[in-house]
Amino acid sequence: MARQEKKKDVVIVGLGWTGSIAGIELAQEGLDIVALERGHDQNTVPNFEYPQQIDELKYGVRLKMMQKPSQQTVTVRRNGDETALPYRQLGSFLPGNGVGGAGTHWNGLNWRPQEVELRLRSYVEETFGADIIPEGMNLGDYPVSYDELEPFFTQFEKVAGISGYAGNLNGEIREGGNPFEGWRSEDFPMPPMPTTYDSSKFRDAAAAMGYHPFPASAGIASTSYVNPYGMQMGPCNFCGFCERFGCYQYSKSSPQTTILGALKRYPNFEYRTQSEVLRVELAEDGQTATGVTYWDEAAQEEVFQPADIVILSSYQLNNVHLMLLSGLGEAYDPLTGEGTLGKNYAYQMNGGISMFFRDEEFNPFVGHGANGICIDDFSISQNDFGAEGFIGGSYWRSGTFNGQPIRNMPLPAGTPSWGAGWKQAIGENYGHAMSIGSHGSHMAYANNHLDLDPTYTDRHGRPLMRMTFNWQDNDLKMNQFMKSKMEPLAASMNPDSMRAGFKGPGAEYDVRPYQTTHNTGGHIMSENAREGAVNRYSQSWKAHNVFAMGAGNFVQNTQYNPTGLVGGLAYHTVNAIRTQYLSNPRPLV
Amino acid sequence: MKTFLRIVAGLVVVGVVALLAFIFVPVQRSEPAEALAADWEPAEGQGEYVLHASDCVACHTSDDGESLAGGRAIASPMGTIWSTNITPDPETGIGDWSYADFRAAMVDGLEPDGTHLYPAMPYENYRLMTEEDIRALYEYLMTEVEPVSNEVQETELSFPFNLRFGIRAWNWLALTHGPGFTPADVPELQQRGQYLVEGPGHCAACHSPRSVFMSQDGVTADEENFLAGGVIDGWNAPALRGEGTDLAKWSVGELAAYLATGRNAHSTANGEMGLVVEHSLQKLTDEDNLAMAAFLKGIDGDAVDLPESFAAAGPTSLEAAEADNTGSTTAQMLASADPDMPLGARLYMDNCIGCHFATGKGAPEIFPELQGNSMVVGSETMPLISVILNGAEVPSTAKRPMSLRMQGYGERLSDDEVAELATWLRGAWGNDASAVTAADVAKVRESDHGH
Repeated sequence: MARQEKKKDVVIVGLGWTGSIAGIELAQEGLDIVALERGHDQNTVPNFEYPQQIDELKYGVRLKMMQKPSQQTVTVRRNGDETALPYRQLGSFLPGNGVGGAGTHWNGLNWRPQEVELRLRSYVEETFGADIIPEGMNLGDYPVSYDELEPFFTQFEKVAGISGYAGNLNGEIREGGNPFEGWRSEDFPMPPMPTTYDSSKFRDAAAAMGYHPFPASAGIASTSYVNPYGMQMGPCNFCGFCERFGCYQYSKSSPQTTILGALKRYPNFEYRTQSEVLRVELAEDGQTATGVTYWDEAAQEEVFQPADIVILSSYQLNNVHLMLLSGLGEAYDPLTGEGTLGKNYAYQMNGGISMFFRDEEFNPFVGHGANGICIDDFSISQNDFGAEGFIGGSYWRSGTFNGQPIRNMPLPAGTPSWGAGWKQAIGENYGHAMSIGSHGSHMAYANNHLDLDPTYTDRHGRPLMRMTFNWQDNDLKMNQFMKSKMEPLAASMNPDSMRAGFKGPGAEYDVRPYQTTHNTGGHIMSENAREGAVNRYSQSWKAHNVFAMGAGNFVQNTQYNPTGLVGGLAYHTVNAIRTQYLSNPRPLV
Repeated sequence: MKTFLRIVAGLVVVGVVALLAFIFVPVQRSEPAEALAADWEPAEGQGEYVLHASDCVACHTSDDGESLAGGRAIASPMGTIWSTNITPDPETGIGDWSYADFRAAMVDGLEPDGTHLYPAMPYENYRLMTEEDIRALYEYLMTEVEPVSNEVQETELSFPFNLRFGIRAWNWLALTHGPGFTPADVPELQQRGQYLVEGPGHCAACHSPRSVFMSQDGVTADEENFLAGGVIDGWNAPALRGEGTDLAKWSVGELAAYLATGRNAHSTANGEMGLVVEHSLQKLTDEDNLAMAAFLKGIDGDAVDLPESFAAAGPTSLEAAEADNTGSTTAQMLASADPDMPLGARLYMDNCIGCHFATGKGAPEIFPELQGNSMVVGSETMPLISVILNGAEVPSTAKRPMSLRMQGYGERLSDDEVAELATWLRGAWGNDASAVTAADVAKVRESDHGH
């Protein structure tokens, strides 16, 4: 018999970026709110203290900030013919844990999607014809446009404290910014970060080839900063410990630096840690949720938390899992195309080139997660899909983001991987390498989806979620296209040697090496209840008082890091709740 | 001879009678400075506001106790004084007090039975408050605060400080000013600031020096030593006027921001001042914090430039300052990263430079400036040592909700290293203060002065 807590107006599942945004915006409405967080509480001091935090072995390699597979994991297979096995050791992607979620350990790369990315199917059909869309690709439009989201991108960037330089200010293209970005109603709230040597070298080479270099937009403070909630960030010191680490310097944009202190002052808000939500409970008629049941780790018992509104703001994988377990929609069937939950799981297609310069010093330990100069000359809006034979694009970036010795030791091709030769190569090459990365889009496909595993269960006895995922020709072709364009640029910089890493034809998904924690889709937004799990306001088609935040909404993944779109959608959703839903709770579409 | 003895005997008798009278004849209570109309009632919220402006909560609440129920240890040069329960509980609080009793406590430092309060209760300052404010505070405490039964520990000072009649004599020396407020000839906003600073805010209790009798040397704005700097519980309460002080370098807006949020472009509030910000100043209106800032800025007749707003919500991007002429030598030495630099400088580079920078200027509103920082160069070294060992915390405030915490380095640095670092800081960027020894550090480490 579950313990029952006092009813709340709102229950928030997961206190990361989107849970914090929902918390503070709805707390301003005077609603009585509880946030349930599976992990521990954490704050800059004491949890991210210097120098304990900058321990590469503990956090970078042993992943102490991340979810433990014993807490929660997925099973993985490449296609329907394989038997999925549990992801028992984190590798390819690293879901976070604890208050602040992945917002505490990200790199700070904050992007908006391009306008065409949110209406990609229409754009492809209008520009190249529907014929070019390959069999098995679930290419879609987002049910909300760039213009509608623009104020919410701006709002998130002000809250999150993003440094950068606008390339498209209300339609005016500005020298030095990204000419291919969507329009911005205002410039960035902070000036761009200073440029490291490798970045400036890349900038000069890119400009010489006629490309359009611009500074990366960074969730890293270039100055002291005060955000609209009065929360603060301090200028970054380029220590190079961003991704996988909490920031000891108050410099990285996170729920801790930008929202939580302000949120905790609201007497109508409370949060409970070590509280893992097991399922969303539905009313008998299935039309609304009555609350959530969670596992109270301290009391070692199940608790029912009744609430009028349920905000699912846990990590994308967990959101989809909860929705599958709770019957918040039908599971997607890749053979028939019916069902919506688990549909259009997508990822990211990345590659890059390392270049070695015997006589150059790059001081790779000077950097930050969002350091660098970028180009968008091969982005989705710039590529001729018809001519090149793929749909997609990428942005390129060059900039040191950590010089940590265990994981960041690029060595020339042909170097022995152990022993005296390896040691000698480290001595000769550390500090003499720079790289260019390609961060590319990933489309959605019938094959790639999420559902409940028939065999494996978690510690609560719930079926694990099963990921069926493999690389597809379209994205691999895109990646090879990037290689063909990047190699001449790299060569123009005259390195002593260079080493490219781009997946090519026939590559299959491998969960072991780290790739990216940009897992998207699974409860996608749609114009109608047949095609997706939530509507344009991230409101569940099934139960109108359930709102699902995060990258699970992505129809297909964009070419960029997802946080900017996640933040924009979150503000778009809470705005709809505030202005449309609270006065008259109902399906908003 | 006989006559002489008689005179002596007579004088002894007179002396004994006088002493007995001094001890036993009830003290007269001051009359109210102004009479209130019979039907006078405080405005909505006035009493609670006066409570905040007077910072009652900070002293009359223990760390884990109910608000205003007393029991906080107040360190004084005479020994520990325990604050009283001022909730309206009849047995353990002030539930039985009449308004005249309450005014006597605020104005004359007297309990209802005539017992003298220890002047840790700043009636030297509160007696400057208006009759309206004292009355509003009384009404609030009696009618809007929940009674809490909390028997507070008796204050037991050692001889001679346990003889409370001695305070009567002390009051003759200390209470040279009558009750009620006398505004200076300044614009209205500054007068309001003067009232808050002199009266309810009781700033002089810490920021004025103490006379040889331990009374405040400077209670009102017309006195020379008013707010000329004091020492409280091992902390420098810096001078709030005069050349070379922090305030001389700060704008009115920066000072108002410091009061309201515990942080500004230069510095952060720690220790006792952090408590004042947390419990009192952040709860005042912007206009009142601005009024105090304006008054303090203009106290010596300087021009007062009022900002349109201060500590506004963002988005605001604030560039960190470059090194100035005085600090450039130190900044260049640090930037050279010469391995032979002094140990204190190296420790600074290993531990502090990430936030406070080679310039010693820190970053506005978040990382305090160390160049010229009154805590870094103060005569009292305990606070600086304590912050290095234990860290510091600026409380969350309404306008700046982030609780800014600096971590401590006590586990990372030895006493010798902290002494090297502190000594170096006290001489860097043009700072010019005495050295700190390892013994000083050991003392602070043992006393566990965590702020």
